Amino acid sequence: MQLSLNLPRRSSASVLLSMTHPNKELFYRQRALLRRAVPAGFPSPADDYVGQRISLDEHLIGRRESTFFMRVAGDSMRGLGIFDGDLLVVDKALPATHGCVVIAVVDGEFTVKQLLCTHEGQILRAAHPDYPDMHIQPEQDFTIWGVVSWNVHKH
Amino acid sequence: MIQKPETKRAIALVDCNNFYVSCERLFRPDLESRPIVVLSNNDGCVVSRSQEVKDLGVLMAAPWFQLKGMAKKHGIIAFSSNYTLYADISNRVMQLLSQFSPEQEIYSIDECFLGLTGMNELTRYAQHMRSTLRQCVGIPVCIGIAASKTLAKLANHVAKKQPDFNGVCNFNELPEDRLDTLLDNISAGEIWGVGRRTTLRLQEMRITTALALKRAPTKRIRAEFGVVLERTVAELNGTACLELDEITPPRSQIICSRSFGVSVANLPELEQAVIAYTSRAAEKLRSQHSIASCIQVSLRTNPHKPQEPQYQSAITVPLSAATADTRLLCRAALSGLRHLYRSGYAYQKTGVMLSGIIAAAELPRTLFDDVTAQEKSSALMATLDQINRRMGNGTVQLLGEGISKNWAMKRGNMSRRYTTELNELAVANA
Repeated sequence: MQLSLNLPRRSSASVLLSMTHPNKELFYRQRALLRRAVPAGFPSPADDYVGQRISLDEHLIGRRESTFFMRVAGDSMRGLGIFDGDLLVVDKALPATHGCVVIAVVDGEFTVKQLLCTHEGQILRAAHPDYPDMHIQPEQDFTIWGVVSWNVHKH
Repeated sequence: MIQKPETKRAIALVDCNNFYVSCERLFRPDLESRPIVVLSNNDGCVVSRSQEVKDLGVLMAAPWFQLKGMAKKHGIIAFSSNYTLYADISNRVMQLLSQFSPEQEIYSIDECFLGLTGMNELTRYAQHMRSTLRQCVGIPVCIGIAASKTLAKLANHVAKKQPDFNGVCNFNELPEDRLDTLLDNISAGEIWGVGRRTTLRLQEMRITTALALKRAPTKRIRAEFGVVLERTVAELNGTACLELDEITPPRSQIICSRSFGVSVANLPELEQAVIAYTSRAAEKLRSQHSIASCIQVSLRTNPHKPQEPQYQSAITVPLSAATADTRLLCRAALSGLRHLYRSGYAYQKTGVMLSGIIAAAELPRTLFDDVTAQEKSSALMATLDQINRRMGNGTVQLLGEGISKNWAMKRGNMSRRYTTELNELAVANA
């Protein structure tokens, strides 16, 4: 329903009001109230087709409760496109399977590596020729903290 | 809701273990089995202890300065409280828990009740909740299940204290005599809603355990203590009297008060603090879509230094019209403060309290309200809140709040805000 109420700037009614109104300030306030614009015009032909603008937040974060961000320090993951200073999107709810990039806790420190599950046990592999594989020993202080679902790199 | 008579009420209380300590450990895996405490505002007292610290015999609320020698000896690590972090982790925990039941009452930052009536295999279900929380947010919890809220609290107590329950204690599936044995080993003072004075009076009546109170004659309890404790007795007997409050009503008072890191004697610094606290309170007010009609300002010296001259006072300033505008609230608060202020004292604490709070939508409009100014004000405040939410607290503030804040709280060892500040993230080595 379209409705247009455009009072002329100085309508006869407001002149009348201004002459009879005892309180000038009050009068101006009342007039301001009457003057407030009411939406009018032709409806947009696109109204029925409005989509939500793409949200990276929604795209990158699957589960809001279990998703955390971390910062990368070091270049051992260069081969997989993860560089020093990158922002990691880490989901703690994802299962850590063979080939995943994970945040592991080794001797009390966070490290980002690729997880390999072999019949000799779990291996943390870097993506850089200078860094050797790390074979997880049963007695070692080791846990998987979360799985890296995305990394964000600034160019 | 129609319930078959044989369906027993089932209410779960989920409580995070050493919540603040668990939050700190989440991002500091190197502290996994080290003794840790979290201290209250101004690093005053212990507010959260890891199991290792509990085992050393450190009590809750112990003053930190008394513990320093012991801390050195045992390598206790103390954190200043990082409420920004704890609130975010709490929201994650509560959000996940809400997926386990249609009825949830968030009772505090680290505990909530869930309605589980009519569901099957509750102990297994609760174990599933525990492992989900452990996996998804990394926070350990214990769960107590029973027919009433009071019993659920006690069940949780048992789940925490007795490791053989493996973190879940379901009173509903225990035989009556086993349950009574458990209740016999819990002192009456541990029961929810039984305060210290009630405990002492119960002792005089030889009611010292939860079991004794459960079996106490209701008539006598009602006559001696009133209807509230009578209700507790009914709850102990498995009759649910307290419903789950699913919707928390908007707070009818908002308080923002803190002790200073160092005592403050001059008015300009007190004014800064009052503006900062009022800004914070106004922000809370707006987040619940309310407006306040009064603001109370209070001011006091340090009562723990009796050798210094003491002064304490408070004043309530009514607002000409209820508002949530930080500027108007600050103006009122400052006029109150100037009225209270006496020179020559070393002040330790000031605070503001908003009251007469109503929903903004409920304010009756009069024809002669200055609508334009009101709209301008709420648009400005909404923008302010949005900027501060997006860019971090204090990005935009009133200049009167001051930039350097000599009076700010002592926070000697606060951890990073790992989940709310992009430049304070945890680091993963590559």
